[in-house]
Amino acid sequence: MSDLLSFSEIDGSGEVLVAMQRRVPMVTLKAEPTKPTRAAIKRALGTPVPAPRTIANGVAWMAPDEWLIMVPEGQTPQAVIGRLTAEIKAPMLAVDVSDARAVFTLKGNKAREVLAKGAPVDLSPTAFTPGDFRRTRLGQVAVAFWMEAEDEITLVCFASLKQFMFDWLVNAAQKSSLPAFL
Amino acid sequence: MLLLTCPYCGVEGEETEFHNGGEAHLKRVGDGSSDADFTAYMFERKNPRGIVFERWRHVYGCGKWFHAARCAVTLEVFGTYSAQTSEPPADLIAKIRAKRPEWEATP
Ligand SMILES: [Zn+2]
Repeated sequence: MSDLLSFSEIDGSGEVLVAMQRRVPMVTLKAEPTKPTRAAIKRALGTPVPAPRTIANGVAWMAPDEWLIMVPEGQTPQAVIGRLTAEIKAPMLAVDVSDARAVFTLKGNKAREVLAKGAPVDLSPTAFTPGDFRRTRLGQVAVAFWMEAEDEITLVCFASLKQFMFDWLVNAAQKSSLPAFL
Repeated sequence: MLLLTCPYCGVEGEETEFHNGGEAHLKRVGDGSSDADFTAYMFERKNPRGIVFERWRHVYGCGKWFHAARCAVTLEVFGTYSAQTSEPPADLIAKIRAKRPEWEATP
């Protein structure tokens, strides 16, 4: 887990710690996933495009033709966009979405249980593991999430819903409310 | 409850992760068509009691549109397939016929 200063809001009153991260630099990329384009993305990012429904080295598979790129520390979204634009020789779109997204950390042994309250996804330890990436809904909010470790989940949603999402997560993480089904 | 498999991202999702887009494989008519043809395209739907072909969108997932064949009575899903087609794939039709020999596709 990153250092405490990287969070704008933290609630530790529940069974799972809920924290809202400060602005996380990220870039959304859309392009046809042809072989040359995938090779170009690898050259631009220094890491291959992830397999469907996974996240690897800070690059998440959002759709067959869309990826979400966490900008590596010490780099800027503009630099990443510049490299992608220079390498990909096909119609493409790379946009800085840092201000359009909110990012949350759930930390605790029952982090899975918090998500399982609102997402129609099999979150059992055999079905969803670190490295897996899932876009779905949590309550009525469109989200994407993945596991950093067995006891830590990162969740992304639209920034316009960040306070609602934070409150939802804090409520769902309340003590004695997580059934340990998973 | 329906469980649909998105053919684009491979997710087997529960119904509420998707959005129904109505009857599939409509033939669009536009400028120059007769009023009767346009009315049929715009308003008239088969709505059979049985096998239906529908458009669905993976709205909370990859965002892609796709097609699904299911039974409107039992909610059995026979399969999902690409949006880039104007008719259901032959193997899916064969699968439905094998399961429902009495089925007659409504013209
Ligand atoms: Zn999908």
